[in-house]
Amino acid sequence: MASGQHVSAIKGAKVLMVGAGGIGCELLKTLALSGFQDIHIIDMDTIEVSNLNRQFLFRQSHVGLSKAKVARDAVLRFRPQISITPYHANVKDTNFNVDFFKQFSVVLNGLDNLDARRHVNRLCLAADVPLVESGTTGFLGQVTVHIKGQTECYECQPKPAPKTYPVCTITSTPSKFVHCIVWAKDLLFAKLFGDKNQDNDLNVRSNDAATSSDHSEDIFEHRKDEDIQQYANRIYDHVFGHNIQTALSNEETWKNRNKPRPIYVKDVLFDEPIQQNGNVDKSNDHLSSLSAMAYLDLKNPQDIWNLRENSRVFFAALKLFFSKRQKDIGNLTFDKDDPLAVEFVTAAANIRAASFDIPLHSLFEAKGIAGNIVHAVATTNAIIAGLIVIEAIKVLQNETKNCRMTYCLQHPSRKMLLMPVEPFEPNKSCYVCSETPLLLEVNTHRAKLRDLVEKIVTSKLGMSLPLITHGSSLLYEVGDDLEEDMVANYAANLEKVLSELPYAITGGTIITVEDLQQELVCNINIKHREEFDEENEPDGMVLHGWTPAPAAENSKDATDNNGASTSSTSKSAPDVIEDDDDLSILETGIETIPAGGQKRKLSDVSNPEPPVDEKRAKKIPMHPENDDDVIVMLEDGNDDISKTTQ
Amino acid sequence: MNGEELTEQETALYDRQIRVWGVDAQRRLSKSHVFVSGLKGTAVEFCKNIVLAGVGSLTLNDDNPVTEEALAANFLIPFDDNMGGGGSLAELCCDSLKDFNPMVHVSVEKGDLSSFDVNFFEKFDVVVISCCSLAAKKSVNEKCRKLSKRVAFYTVDCRDSCGEIFVDLQKYVYAKKKTDETVECQLQYPSFEEAIAIPWRSLPKRISKLYFAMRVVERFEEVERRKPGEISIEDLPNVLKLRNELCLAHSLSESQIPDSLLERLVVSTKEFPPVSAILGGILGQEVIKAISGKGDPLKNFFFFDSVDGKGLIEDISTS
Ligand SMILES: [Zn+2]
Repeated sequence: MASGQHVSAIKGAKVLMVGAGGIGCELLKTLALSGFQDIHIIDMDTIEVSNLNRQFLFRQSHVGLSKAKVARDAVLRFRPQISITPYHANVKDTNFNVDFFKQFSVVLNGLDNLDARRHVNRLCLAADVPLVESGTTGFLGQVTVHIKGQTECYECQPKPAPKTYPVCTITSTPSKFVHCIVWAKDLLFAKLFGDKNQDNDLNVRSNDAATSSDHSEDIFEHRKDEDIQQYANRIYDHVFGHNIQTALSNEETWKNRNKPRPIYVKDVLFDEPIQQNGNVDKSNDHLSSLSAMAYLDLKNPQDIWNLRENSRVFFAALKLFFSKRQKDIGNLTFDKDDPLAVEFVTAAANIRAASFDIPLHSLFEAKGIAGNIVHAVATTNAIIAGLIVIEAIKVLQNETKNCRMTYCLQHPSRKMLLMPVEPFEPNKSCYVCSETPLLLEVNTHRAKLRDLVEKIVTSKLGMSLPLITHGSSLLYEVGDDLEEDMVANYAANLEKVLSELPYAITGGTIITVEDLQQELVCNINIKHREEFDEENEPDGMVLHGWTPAPAAENSKDATDNNGASTSSTSKSAPDVIEDDDDLSILETGIETIPAGGQKRKLSDVSNPEPPVDEKRAKKIPMHPENDDDVIVMLEDGNDDISKTTQ
Repeated sequence: MNGEELTEQETALYDRQIRVWGVDAQRRLSKSHVFVSGLKGTAVEFCKNIVLAGVGSLTLNDDNPVTEEALAANFLIPFDDNMGGGGSLAELCCDSLKDFNPMVHVSVEKGDLSSFDVNFFEKFDVVVISCCSLAAKKSVNEKCRKLSKRVAFYTVDCRDSCGEIFVDLQKYVYAKKKTDETVECQLQYPSFEEAIAIPWRSLPKRISKLYFAMRVVERFEEVERRKPGEISIEDLPNVLKLRNELCLAHSLSESQIPDSLLERLVVSTKEFPPVSAILGGILGQEVIKAISGKGDPLKNFFFFDSVDGKGLIEDISTS
C-alpha cells in the first residue's frame, strides 16, 4: 500500500467532498491522515445538537456554525500542513458548475438526499470526474464507484419509489401509527398552521359531500369572538369527534374493519374545568423553549402518554401556537426541530390512534416517524469513510478495474460483514449517462406545457434550470438573466396546450430538454395518446426510459439470491440509504440485508411494490428528500371528488 | 422515577443512535467501563467511537512518548513541533477524548500492561488491547478469564493494509429476535491461546489466509524477541522460513500463506488510516453489542484486507 506510486497519487490529488455530516466528518479525518493535501468541502448545513453523537469534529460550542468550516478547522489542528477549502453553500448553487468540478481528480459524496446526489452525479459525468458515492443507515452502508463510460452512473438503476400511502388510508381508514402521523402532520398541522391556500383533505368526505365542503372552509378559521380555548375545543371536537362520526355513516367502509370511536373533549377532560385563555402566560416566554411538555410538567419523551395526557398536550401546544407564535401561523410547515410542532403532531396522532384502536407511541418515536429521522451511528460512518478512501486511491492510481462497490452489512453474508462486488457496467438506456432518447406518451391536445415541466422535467428528470427546445425554437427556460419579455413569453407558453404552442408539440415531435448547469441533455420523442388510466397513470402522461425496468436483471439474479427479491413480503431494505438526517422512514427497522451475497444493490433487494391490498389505490408519494417535507397528495381512485392541477 | 432514566441532555445528544439500539442499550452503555491499551491509530479510532456512543468510562494505557510514527494515524493529538510536550500517548489522547463527549469519564492508567494483575481488570466490562506481543495477549486474556464476572476481551491489530480483531466473550448468552419470538442464544468462546492452538489442518478449508499470516508474523516477533511491529523487509527470508516450519508442523500447504501476503505484512508495519477506521468501526460495533446484549456478536476473528476489500468473520474454535 505504501508504494511510491500510491503516495504520489494521493499527494497530487485535488479532492472534492460533498457533505460534512456523519460520513463527511469521518471522511475528512481519514483523508487527512492518509496524506491527502488538497481537499475542498461543500456543505450548506449548520451544526445541531443531534449531530454531536457521531459528527466528532463538532462540539456543543459549535452548534449553529457552518459544518464545512468547523470541520476544516478541527482537522487542521492535527494536520496543519494540508489545504482544506470549505464552502458553506448548497452544491446546487450555480457557481459549482462543470468547470468547477473539472478541477478535481475525484469527487466523494457524503450526502443526505437523493436530489443533491443526482445533481452531483450529472456534474461529475459532464466534467468527466470519477465519483465515489456513499450512504449509511444504522448498521448498514454502501460505497459505490461511478466512472463515466466504465461503470454505471448513480442514476443507471431506478431508485426505489418513496414510501407512499393511499389517500383514503390517511383520511379515513388508518391502520398503522404512521398513517396517524401523516394525518396529523400533513393534514391537521398544515391546515391549522400552514398555508391556507394549500389543498387539504382534512375533512372526511361524507355521502353528502356538499354539506361538509360547505362547512370545511370556515370551521378551521379562528373566529374573532372566540377565545383560544373555545377555538381549541371546537377544533378538537370537529376533527376527533364530528369527522369520525361522519365517517361512521359510510357503512360500506366499516364492513370489514373495526369502527373507530369518536372522541370529544367532554369525554376525555370531563373533570377539568374548561380553562380560559391566559393560563399559558405563566410558561416561559422564551420562544425556543416554548413547550407543552414543560408547561404540563411532562418530562420523559420516551413515555407513552395516555389519551388524556395527549389531549392536554394537544390543547397546550395549540394554545401556545396561537398565543406566542401568532406570527408564524399561516406559513408553518412541519419541522422536526420545532419542539412545539413535534408535540402537537405527537398528541394529535395519538388521539387519532386512540380513535382507531391503534397503539399509542411516545414523543420520541413519533418524532422519528414524523421527521423521517434516519438511524445513525458513528461506527458505520467511520467504516464507510474508510472504504471511500480505499476506492478513491484506486481511482487516483487509475486502477479502475480493481474498484469495487462495497456493502457494510449488519449480519454476515457468506462470512462477510464487508462485502465487495464488482461495479455494474453503464446501463445503455440510462437517460443520464447514455444518449438514449426518452419516449413520452401524452395527450397533446389536453396537456399543457406546465404539466410537462412540472410532472416530467422537474420531478422525474430532476432538472433545476431546465430549457426546452423544439427544433431551433425555445419554448421554455428558467434563469436569472432572462429578458422581461422572454419571461412573459415563457409564462404564457406554460399555460398553453402542447399542440397549440407556437411550435406545436404533437405526435412524432422530438423535443430537447436540457439543464445548463448539469450539462444534461435529453431528447424526448412525443407520442400522442388520447386516454390515460386515472388510477395507474395519474400524471396523465407516461415517460418511458427514465426508469428502465430491471426485469432481465431480476431473472438473472433470482437463482442465487435465495428468493430475497421475489418474495412478496412487505419487508424491505431501507429504500434510500442515507448519510444523515431527514430521510426515509424505516418502518421495517434495519433487519433486512441482501441474502446470499448476490451481486445487487441493497436498494434492488427492497420491494417497492406495496402490499396487495394497497395496490389498487393511488398513492401519496412522500418525498422525504425535500427539505420542506411537502407531501404531494393524489386522489384516491375510488373517490368521486376529482382534484386536478390542470 | 428510579434514577435509571436518561437525562434530557443524553436523550438529545444520543437521539440518532437510540433510534438504532434503543434506550435500554443506551442506559447499559452509560454504565459500562472500558479499558484500552496500546494507542496507535486503530485503537484511537475505536476510542473515538465508544466515547461518542456514550460509555460510562474509558481508561487509557500507553506510556509511550509521542513519536512521528505514533502521530501518523492519530487524529487525537494536535500537531505541534515539540511532539506533545513530553506527555505520554495516553495522556495526550485522554485530553482530546474528554472533549468529544463530556458525559464520558476518560482517564489514564500508567504502567506496563504486563504489570496489571487479575484484580485490576475487575473494574472493567471490556478490555481491548492493541499492538501487543503474543505473550501479552495470552496473559491479559487469561487474567480476564480468571474473574468471576465476565470481562469481554478483544485484541485489534492493523499492519499496513491488513487488520485482525479477536473476540473472547467466554460464555455469552443473549436474546435474539426471530420474526415474532425472542430466542435465547448461547455462544462459547475459546481464549486466544486456545484458539491459536487449534491445529491448522482441522480448520475449515477456505479460511482467511490472513489468519495464518498473522500467526506467522506474531510468532516471528515472539521468537526473535521483537517489540510488536519491530519487523522489516530484511526479515522476510527468516519469516518465510518460519512459515515453512509452521506449515510443515501443521501439515498445511505453504501456498495457504503466500509470500506476497507475508511480504506486505513485514514491509510496512505502519497502520493504513482507512483500514484503521474500518477496524475501529467494526470493533466499536462489537463492543457496543456486547455491552448492550443486542445483536449477534462476532465469533471470534475478523479480518480485513484492503487489497480484496473483504471484511470476513472466521470462527476459529472447537465449539
Ligand atoms: Zn447512467
